[in-house]
Amino acid sequence: MNAKPARTRTAGKPATAAPARKAKPTGQPKVAAAANGATPLVEMRDISIAFGGVRAVDHASVDLYPGEVVGLLGHNGAGKSTLIKILSGAYPRDHGQIYINGQEAQIANPRDAKAYGIETIYQTLALADNVDAAANLFLGRELRTRWGTLDDVAMEAQARKVMGRLNPNFRRFKDPVVALSGGQRQSVAIARAILFNARILIMDEPTAALGPQETAQVAELIKQLKADGIGIFLISHDIHDVFDLADRVFVMKNGQVVGQAPTVAVTKDEVLGMIILGKCPPGAIPGPGAMAA
Amino acid sequence: MSDIAARPVMAADEEGPFRRFLRQTEIDSRLLGMVGALALIWIGFHLYGYFVNGFGAFLTPRNLWNLSVQTASIGIMATGMVLVIVTRNIDLSVGSVLGLCAMVMGVMQVWYLPQWLGLGHPALWIITVIMGLAVGTAVGAFHGWLIAYLRIPAFIVTLGGLLVWRGVAYLIARGETVSPVDSRFALLGGGPFGSIGATGSWIVGLIACAAIVALIITGRRQRQRFQFPVRPVWAEVFMAVVGCGFVVAVVLLVNSYPWPVGIVRQYAEARGIEIPDGGLFIAHGFAIPVLILLAVGIAMTFIATRTRFGRYVFAIGGNPEAAELAGINTRWVTLKVFALMGFLCGLSAVIASARLNSATNALGTLDELYVIASAVIGGTSLAGGLGTIYGAILGALVMQSLQTGMVLVGFDSAVQQIVVGTVLVVAVLMDTIYRRRAR
Repeated sequence: MNAKPARTRTAGKPATAAPARKAKPTGQPKVAAAANGATPLVEMRDISIAFGGVRAVDHASVDLYPGEVVGLLGHNGAGKSTLIKILSGAYPRDHGQIYINGQEAQIANPRDAKAYGIETIYQTLALADNVDAAANLFLGRELRTRWGTLDDVAMEAQARKVMGRLNPNFRRFKDPVVALSGGQRQSVAIARAILFNARILIMDEPTAALGPQETAQVAELIKQLKADGIGIFLISHDIHDVFDLADRVFVMKNGQVVGQAPTVAVTKDEVLGMIILGKCPPGAIPGPGAMAA
Repeated sequence: MSDIAARPVMAADEEGPFRRFLRQTEIDSRLLGMVGALALIWIGFHLYGYFVNGFGAFLTPRNLWNLSVQTASIGIMATGMVLVIVTRNIDLSVGSVLGLCAMVMGVMQVWYLPQWLGLGHPALWIITVIMGLAVGTAVGAFHGWLIAYLRIPAFIVTLGGLLVWRGVAYLIARGETVSPVDSRFALLGGGPFGSIGATGSWIVGLIACAAIVALIITGRRQRQRFQFPVRPVWAEVFMAVVGCGFVVAVVLLVNSYPWPVGIVRQYAEARGIEIPDGGLFIAHGFAIPVLILLAVGIAMTFIATRTRFGRYVFAIGGNPEAAELAGINTRWVTLKVFALMGFLCGLSAVIASARLNSATNALGTLDELYVIASAVIGGTSLAGGLGTIYGAILGALVMQSLQTGMVLVGFDSAVQQIVVGTVLVVAVLMDTIYRRRAR
């Protein structure tokens, strides 16, 4: 399979997801336009995870370059959220390796992922509903005074700063986030992700709960972050959310990668064909999940 | 029609000044409700006693002083129960853990330690207390481990603990009552000698007043430094005056409850003091267990609101999955919450057994219900994520006031049970309605 024999310590369970029938090579060739011989910011290689008997992610490989937006597309249940939760440390993988800047990364839990500069905006937003915006922004990374107590005032000050950039009308710093509107909650989740100088940003259905105006705001933000050299994974089951923002798309089906394509080389309809049928158009590079031609 | 349409406007007008007052002083309206309920209970029992039995026994320094001591044991455990319930768990074993700790301490200080140190050795009570706290913490941590790492529901673990630890306590002393406890240890339970007297109480009161003023001033400065909105000056002054006034009133109250005549006579004889005509007035002042409760309340409030651990406890209660994804080690936090609960059970065991001057096998029976009821009456949501330490202490005071009041006016125990049970359900109902309105 892969050249790297190094086993990850995270694979506590035996690598059950390495059956003989999956003998075909999974190390895919890079898209020339994106690669240019550069090291990818993230490379997930040959990742598998099974829940009970269900192989949610099946030998999937994806990569992401600095300043690039990669769309991860597929039906509900195609395995895209699961794959990305492995990168953000929420699920331990059964098999496969993750490389950050060419170095093998040990990601066993969300803390590890954050240490590598991987920030995630979950579809559910993953906010603690009963505490205020500042507490959510700094959850798990609280600022402390020199006596080791929480420095709420400093945290609120920073929260006001970053929220002022994202959502200038936001005033409700004292309310628990459960009392906020959908758009406000979303901006809290985004603020949390960008507050700590993320290098890799994962956005799982970032605009699912938003109105048109807020969606445009998020799109603007993505362009800004991209210009800063941050790599972004955009996950969606709706191609229209992603196509215009992404430089490249990966399509997943039944836990496998159908293929990848630069968005300039394919049409929306062709990508739809990949999502629905698993059929790769000429502009795409087929993966292990592609329908036999 | 017009009547219905006009009503909301009128209500808004009527509530205007009061609402504005609450908002500007940042007083929790729930706190006001609890204080109101407490006042109602106190005055109600006093008047009932006055009219039905011919004398009102409730609002007397003696009763209120005793009430404060009786609240200490439940109140201490209730502060820990807040954190347990906030993390969406429950601890049904606190009464039995209290019984176990009390029995371990009783056996230590009555049977074993005197053999090595000699009876009445000054270090005896210290070793005993440390033992009790260690046993409580260890048992709590063990519960926490079973719950957090082995994923057994807290309800089951602590239901098992309720039976197991009561049984272990029985086996330790073969069911005997162990007494009397060490004389210094006994001071931790209160009583005339276990109180700090008038001068000491004034010192505590002055420190409390200074702390209130200092907190208000530093809080205001901090907010000004970052140019956040601040409360109006009149609201700050109002809070300081109310806070200090309350402290002074409490000090005056505990200082107006004198030692019983018999104890004064003993004390005077031992010291060779002449008792003047009309008797010698020696005030109790704050009882030591009440000061312990006060210290625990402050420490737990600090832990809950000013530390990372406390922030994580509330975050886990609000959304366990989000807390996990934010990188919080939720299992370790859960274990620590239960260990803390166990520690507080040990502390309550010190007070309960010192007050009783013995360790009995029944000590702490049914305490779990009063502790949970206190936390819930104090506004801790069983759905998790919400609760305050001061609320739980006030809740404990409400529960104890009901109990004491009913004993004073002569309700029999069957009626007492009915009332306590009803109050618990009604309190939760009111809380549910309040939260629905607040949305």
